[in-house]
Amino acid sequence: MALKLVFLGPLEDLAGAPEREVASAPSVSQVLARLEPDLAAALSSARVKCALNGAIVHDRDAEVLKSGDELAFLPPVSGG
Amino acid sequence: MNWRFSRLSAGGEMPRNAADVRLFTCSFSPEAELARFTQAHPRAGGVVSFLGQVRSSSGVEAAGDAVEALELRHYEPLTLPAMHELAERILGRWDLEGLLVIHRSGTMMPGDPIVLVAAAARHRRSAFAAADFAMDHLKSESWFWKREKVGGQWRWVEPRAEDYQDIARWS
Repeated sequence: MALKLVFLGPLEDLAGAPEREVASAPSVSQVLARLEPDLAAALSSARVKCALNGAIVHDRDAEVLKSGDELAFLPPVSGG
Repeated sequence: MNWRFSRLSAGGEMPRNAADVRLFTCSFSPEAELARFTQAHPRAGGVVSFLGQVRSSSGVEAAGDAVEALELRHYEPLTLPAMHELAERILGRWDLEGLLVIHRSGTMMPGDPIVLVAAAARHRRSAFAAADFAMDHLKSESWFWKREKVGGQWRWVEPRAEDYQDIARWS
């Protein structure tokens, strides 16, 4: 039972790696609650979007996560 | 398969109102791509193109700001699908013969091409507007994260306020 977290852009430096496996939890909020406080705070910013298997998550409290899901955290883009 | 995104062989004529959208992780030749695109749309009266390249100075500091390398990161499940969606919006908004959107990801050197946008239309106004719209939206909305290597140090590039102002022109 695991989720893959993906940290894009500068979030990678904060997380210490571009990806991380964590134990599964039902919602994004519950996943964040188990991370280091400073990382959780950064990922909770309104400027950071979250994508579940490539689709933007609008409700972080929705209990939609399943084992094997990929959850990506997307900070503001810096353009092409 | 959506015919709009089907690729034809070099020199072939593209279907009218078609988009060619690609994400490259290695270098490409803007000249060759533009020549092929122009040739593929003989009914167009004009082709407007924009080429973005890696600049040699970051402009952040007054001196010692030579850019040694630029890296663009993308996220596979989102980046290319969103580029296709943008192309569809553009084709729905302007009357075009064709649209080309090529974007790099990965590590690049000063002078390397990053992005090539070209719009072919019967008349020039649509081509200018479509290319301008495409660039404003690629810069501020597409899923790319950029970092520059200056003085041996990598640093992430923050979004610019101007990019948001540019995109607001279209709403």
